Amino acid sequence: MRARITFTKQGALRYTGHLDLHRLWERAMRRAELPISYSQGFHPQPKISLAAALPLGFASRGEVLDVRFNEDLPTEEIARRLKDSLPPDIQITEVESVDERAPALQTQVLSAAYDVHLTEPVDGSALKRKVEELMMSESLPRERRGKFYDLRPLVEMLSMVTEADGRVWLRMTLASREGATGRPEEVLNALGIEPEYTRVERTRLIFQE
Amino acid sequence: MLTPEQIETKLDRILLKVQKPGRYVGGELNSTIKDWDQVQTRVAFVFPDIYDIGISNVGVKILYDQINQREDALAERAYAPWLDMETLMREHGIPLYSLESKRPLACFDLIGFTLPYETLYTNTLNILDLAGIPVRSADRDESHPIIIAGGHSATNPEPMHAFIDAFAIGEGEEVIHDIVNTIQKFKASPNYKREELLVALAQISGVYVPKFYETTYLEDGTVAHTLPIIPEAPKLVNKRIVAKLLPPPVKFIVPNIEVVHNRVSVEIMRGCTRGCRFCQAGMITRPVRERSVQEVVDAADQAVRSTGFEELALMSLSSSDYTYVNDLVEAISKRFEGRKLTVALPSLRIESVSVDLMDKLKQHRSGGFTLAPEAASERMRRIINKFIPDEDIINTTRDIYSRGWTTIKLYFMIGHPSETLEDVQAIVDLCRRVIDEGRKVAGWKVKLHVGASTFVPKPQTPFQWVACDTRESVLEKQALLKRQLLKDKSIKLSWTKPEDTLLEAWLSRGDRRTAEVIYTAWRNGAKFDAWEEGHKHEVWMAAFDEHGLDHAFYTHRQRRTDEVFPWEHITAAVRKNFLFQDFRQSLEGQIRVDCRLNCFACGILPTFANLRRENPGEGWKCPDVKSPAAKMDMELPVVGD
Ligand code: SF4
Repeated sequence: MRARITFTKQGALRYTGHLDLHRLWERAMRRAELPISYSQGFHPQPKISLAAALPLGFASRGEVLDVRFNEDLPTEEIARRLKDSLPPDIQITEVESVDERAPALQTQVLSAAYDVHLTEPVDGSALKRKVEELMMSESLPRERRGKFYDLRPLVEMLSMVTEADGRVWLRMTLASREGATGRPEEVLNALGIEPEYTRVERTRLIFQE
Repeated sequence: MLTPEQIETKLDRILLKVQKPGRYVGGELNSTIKDWDQVQTRVAFVFPDIYDIGISNVGVKILYDQINQREDALAERAYAPWLDMETLMREHGIPLYSLESKRPLACFDLIGFTLPYETLYTNTLNILDLAGIPVRSADRDESHPIIIAGGHSATNPEPMHAFIDAFAIGEGEEVIHDIVNTIQKFKASPNYKREELLVALAQISGVYVPKFYETTYLEDGTVAHTLPIIPEAPKLVNKRIVAKLLPPPVKFIVPNIEVVHNRVSVEIMRGCTRGCRFCQAGMITRPVRERSVQEVVDAADQAVRSTGFEELALMSLSSSDYTYVNDLVEAISKRFEGRKLTVALPSLRIESVSVDLMDKLKQHRSGGFTLAPEAASERMRRIINKFIPDEDIINTTRDIYSRGWTTIKLYFMIGHPSETLEDVQAIVDLCRRVIDEGRKVAGWKVKLHVGASTFVPKPQTPFQWVACDTRESVLEKQALLKRQLLKDKSIKLSWTKPEDTLLEAWLSRGDRRTAEVIYTAWRNGAKFDAWEEGHKHEVWMAAFDEHGLDHAFYTHRQRRTDEVFPWEHITAAVRKNFLFQDFRQSLEGQIRVDCRLNCFACGILPTFANLRRENPGEGWKCPDVKSPAAKMDMELPVVGD
C-alpha cells in the first residue's frame, strides 16, 4: 500500500536535515515494525519520499511523506505503531491511504505557507509599508549563490499580522515547484529583516489537486 | 547563571552558522528527561570528544541508565563542541550545557568524564573552562560540581590529578551509586563542606581523590613514593569490579543526525585471559566474566527493536574465547534471520573457525575481514606473547579470500620492545605472502589493508618498564613498510604519526608534574589532540620546555627494575610482581599460555576472593576460591627476590 503521512517537525528536530530525516523515518518504521518496501538492486533503498525539503532551522506543522508498504494496513494502525517510535519533536497529524498510481509526491507540490515570528522588536508601520511595496512591485531581482533571479513571482502571498499587544509577525505563501522555489530568508532579506532574528515555521504544503 | 530558555534563545541565533547543528540540540529518541526539581542529585556525564563519536560510547550509556533508574537522581549528557561551535559559544557567552535540559553544566551536582584515551585530556580542561567551572580542583568551592573521571586512562590518573576531584578506578556501574549516595548525604547538610565530602569519597573502595596524596621525587627525577596525607585515604587504591555483569543497556540513544557508528553494541564478556603483553585493556579488565547466550541475544533483539539501527556489534576483547561463541553465532543468525542487520563480531582469533563463524552470520562480504597478528617474526611474537604461526595466518587468510571476502585488514604494531628492521621486514614478507596466496585462490581482485600502529608501553602492563621506540627508529620502520608494501597496488597501508604516538606516551606514562604541561599546552591552544585539526606538536614541546621537563624522561627511558611508578598507588589488581615476572619471561622469549588453562595467580583472585567465593562457577573464568585461606596460597615472591 501507499500511505501518506503528515507530521510536525519542531524543537530539536529543526536541526535535522533532509537526508537525516529520511534515515530517521526509515529507522522509525523499522522500530514500529512496519513492512516498508525496498527498491531492487545492490543497495536497496526504502520507498519513502519526502514532499519538499525543509531548510535547516525551520519548524513545521505540516510536512508530508509517502511510504510504500508490502501489505495493506489500516491507517489508524500505522499511526498507532509509529507514535512511540518517533522522537518527541515529530508528531503525526494524519495518515491516509493514497492511490498507488498517483504521481510522485514531490512533483505535486505547488507552494508552501510560512509563519515568521520576529524575535527582536521592529517598527510595525515601517514593515507594513515594505510588505505593501514588495507586493506592489512588478519584479524583485535578487542574487543567490551567484545566480540572478526574480523573487517577486515566487511570492504568492505576503502579509503582516498585528497582535492585540502590538507585536507583529509575517505570513507568506511561496512557490515551491521544481526550479521555482521561493525561500523565506530571501523574502526577509528583501524586507530588510535579518533571518537570524526570526523563527520560521512552515504551516503547510499546498499540492496539486 | 543562564536559564535553559535563555540558552535556547541564544542557540537559535548561532546554530545555523555551525556544521551539523544537530549535534548540539538533543531531542533524541530514548534519551531521558526528568523533572529537574523532583530529584535530589543531578549528574552530567561528559564524553569529551564530539557528539558524533561520544554518542555511541557504551560506558556513558551504562552510567546514564544507572543514574536515571534511580528515583532520586537524574543524568544528562554533554560532549565537546567542535571548534566552530566553541568559538561562537564563547562569543555569545553560552556556557557548556547539557543536551537534555539545556542547563549549564555548572548547575549539576556531579560531572563525570569518561576518559577511555589520553588524547581527551586537553578537551576535558577545555570543557570545564567552557562550562565556567574552575579548571583546577584546588580552585573549586562548595558552589561547584564535584568532578569525577573514569575509564581506561584512569589506570594512571596522575597527569590529570590537578583537574579531577576524584577518579573512579575500574568498573563504574556500582561505584557511581556509592558516589551519588555520598554526595547526597553531604549536600543535604546546611553547612556542606566540599573538603569533608572529598574525604568521604576517598574512603569509597575504588575511588582515588588525588588531593589527599603527595608525591616525593628522587634526585634522578623518578618517584620516591606517593603517600596519603590523611589517615582516611588508602595507601593503595584498588580498582572496583562488578562480580556479575549487569544486564546490558538496550535503549540506546538514537541520534537525529548521522554519526560515526549507528549501531547497537552488546558486551558479550569482559576481560581477557590471553595475556598479550602490550595490551593494557587485557591486563586491567580481568577477571573474565561472560554473559549467557540467552542474555546477549535477548538484549540484542530488544536493542535493535528499540533503535532501528542496522548494525549490531557483539563486543569483547577476544570473541573467539567466549565459551559459547558457536552457540551465540547460531542463535544470533536464527533470531535475526531475514531482518536487515549487519552483525560485527570483532577480535576473532586467526584460525579457520573464525571464518566459519563469520560465514554463519551471513554477512556482506564487502566490509572486509579484520585480523590482528600484531607481529610477524617468531621472535617478536614470543616477546609480546601473541604467538600465531605464519602458517595459521596464511591458511586463514587464504580461506577468507576463497570464501568471497575481497578485502582483509591485518593489524600490526611496530616499535615493540627490542624490535629490529628485520622484524619489520617480516611484516612485509608476511603481507606479500598473504596477498600472493590470496591471488592464487581468488584472482587479482584481492586487497589487503595493513594497519601498522606504533606501540606505547602502557602503565599496569608487563611492558611498563620498557622505553618507547625512538622517533628516528619509528620513521625508519615506517619508511621500510611504505617503500616495500606500497609497490603493490592492492595493498593499502595506514600508520600513526610519530608525534601522535609520543603524545599518547607522554600522557599515559606521565607523573603529577605532567599536569602542568597539560595545562600549559591547553592554555596555548592544544585540544582535540586525536584530531588532525587539533594536535599541535610544537605547543606540547614548548609546554615541556616551559616547565623544565624533559619529555624523553617519560618516554625514551628504560625504567629501573626497582623504579616506583607514578601510578604505583593505583592498581588494577594485577600485581606488579606478576607483571615483572611476565616482563622477564618476555625478555627470554617465553610464552605464557591462556590463563584459563593455567591460572598464573596474577593477583585478581586474592584481591577479589570474596566476590569470587560469593559467585562461584562458570561466570568467571578464574578458578573457584574455596576458603579464605586460598588467599595465602596465591602470594607471589616480591620483585627483586
Ligand atoms: S587470577 Fe588466574 S585465571 Fe584469573 S585472570 Fe589472573 S591469572 Fe588469569
